[in-house]
Amino acid sequence: MIKVDGLSKRYARTVAVDNISFEVQKGQIVGFLGPNGAGKTTTMRVLTCFMPATSGTASVAGFDVLEHPMEVKRRIGYLPETPPLYPDMEVREYLHFVGQLKGIPKAELARRVAEVSERCSVADVSNKLIAKLSKGYKQRVGLAQAIIHNPDVLILDEPTSGLDPKQRVETLELIKSLKGDHTIILSTHVLSEIEATCQDVIIISKGKVVATDTMDNLTHRLKGSEAVAIEVEGRNGAELATADVQRKLEQVSGVSRVINKAEGARLRFEVESLQGRVVRAEVARAVVESGWNLTELAPVSVSLEEVFLQLTESKK
Amino acid sequence: MGNMIVICQKEMKSYFSSPVAYLLMTMFAVIFGFFFWNVVGYFVFMGMQQQMGGRSFPMNLNEQVIRPLLSNVSVIGLFLIPLITMRLFAEEKRSGTIELLLTSPISDVQILLGKWLAAILMYGAMLLVAGLNFIFLFAYGQPDWRPMLVAFLGLMLQAAGLLAIGTFISTLTKNQIIAGATTFGVCLLLWIMEWVSGYETATWAKVLAYLSIVSHFESFAKGVLDSKDIIFYLSVIFFGLFLTARSLESLRWRA
Ligand SMILES: Nc1ncnc2c1ncn2[C@@H]1O[C@H](COP(=O)(O)OP(=O)(O)O)[C@@H](O)[C@H]1O
Ligand SMILES: [Mg+2]
Repeated sequence: MIKVDGLSKRYARTVAVDNISFEVQKGQIVGFLGPNGAGKTTTMRVLTCFMPATSGTASVAGFDVLEHPMEVKRRIGYLPETPPLYPDMEVREYLHFVGQLKGIPKAELARRVAEVSERCSVADVSNKLIAKLSKGYKQRVGLAQAIIHNPDVLILDEPTSGLDPKQRVETLELIKSLKGDHTIILSTHVLSEIEATCQDVIIISKGKVVATDTMDNLTHRLKGSEAVAIEVEGRNGAELATADVQRKLEQVSGVSRVINKAEGARLRFEVESLQGRVVRAEVARAVVESGWNLTELAPVSVSLEEVFLQLTESKK
Repeated sequence: MGNMIVICQKEMKSYFSSPVAYLLMTMFAVIFGFFFWNVVGYFVFMGMQQQMGGRSFPMNLNEQVIRPLLSNVSVIGLFLIPLITMRLFAEEKRSGTIELLLTSPISDVQILLGKWLAAILMYGAMLLVAGLNFIFLFAYGQPDWRPMLVAFLGLMLQAAGLLAIGTFISTLTKNQIIAGATTFGVCLLLWIMEWVSGYETATWAKVLAYLSIVSHFESFAKGVLDSKDIIFYLSVIFFGLFLTARSLESLRWRA
């Protein structure tokens, strides 16, 4: 449905997107994951015919974005990073206007507006000024705007940014519910959002695609090794030698690496496991059996940066 | 065509759902009214003086009231045009709605024509409200309506050109105040350029005077349709719209 081949985009000084290629099949929901400045927005803007690429090609539903922009635009629904809303319009008026822009026939317009308002749960604010809506509502009006002409492809740029956790979940649920009807690309810099929503992931960093994989494979690779942070204390205030504790932890079976993270007098370590091993219980037992107190044990969440490190390293 | 009208409608709604339209119409009506009653008052005063002096010059409403009045109007318009165009693209760029317009199945030319057309209609509405004063002239005198129509056409042509330039300037910035101030400066310059012809007869002065937008209104104010002046205004319109189209194109590259 979407095909990107050797796409690059150069701004005056920066290369925002550097020779990326990927494909998205019909009916898929794909996560476009990358930290800020990775080139997500730029790629999406090329796909939506907002801006031309410097080199390379992109096509949507078989139409090249440069040669047949009108055909592409008719088939794409786009929610930019900031929802493109007119604060001085009422919700219904706004959706009506967008419907006209997208070329919906007059006879169907009112029905479509009602349908998408219902679908995106904004029907109850139809007569409200957009300026008066909460952020969550604005985002849903933005989504309603994107699907009003029932496009084949939906391109959503960070649809959850700036929302509170509850609104995030609701918005992601809504996007998931749209899956059947549209091929969706959704960008984010939050890993867990992709986990919950997408089947496939395209990971992009510094303008380059570093991985394209199914979500299942990716989580498998990421969950392969686990890291836990622990804090250890001598019993009854006894002094402990850091080196002793570290040696003891390294001897626990399944542990691949122990990193000293001492904070002042507090003995803290980060313990990493070998691929596929869960070592929390063993680590805890080793500490206690050595006659020390285990004052803290917490899993270290993998940050996006570490994901990139892991992925780029495992490629080499 | 249909798309252009969609954009135009949206802009008209935006003018009239905010104070902008009413502010413009009121301001223009007040200033125009002031000039109008001044000129009419002077006309009546002269008329009475003539009667008392026993002499009778031909008194002509068109020559002595309408013509000076419309020349003034053409200058007042210069000051209000920035207020009409400054928002057109600057605000879409600031709020990000430009992404909606430029990714919809509608061409850049349709977008800019729709916006420009709305600006012209807004200006026309302003003229019409102020023009209500003329009913008075028809009620108490017999002015010739044909030169008035020509002058109206001239005003609209002049405004259409300046509005096209204003629309272009609005594509250059995200800040509507900057767009408005720049447009105001350009309008002012296009007006005062004519002044050099008062003391200078060199070629450069003639060129400046020719480029001055106000000097081409003279013929219309006299009720004469001069093709040279019509062509001048049409060229300004084309030039402004052409620049707007190019600017939108480059906006896509820089975005
Ligand atoms: N209009 C622009 N002019 C110049 N540089 C830009 C522009 N837009 C984005 N960039 C640069 O391009 C890179 C990619 O930006 P972007 O596509 O917005 O990333 P993301 O959406 O992943 O955060 C960044 O380094 C950014 O600074
Ligand atoms: Mg972005």
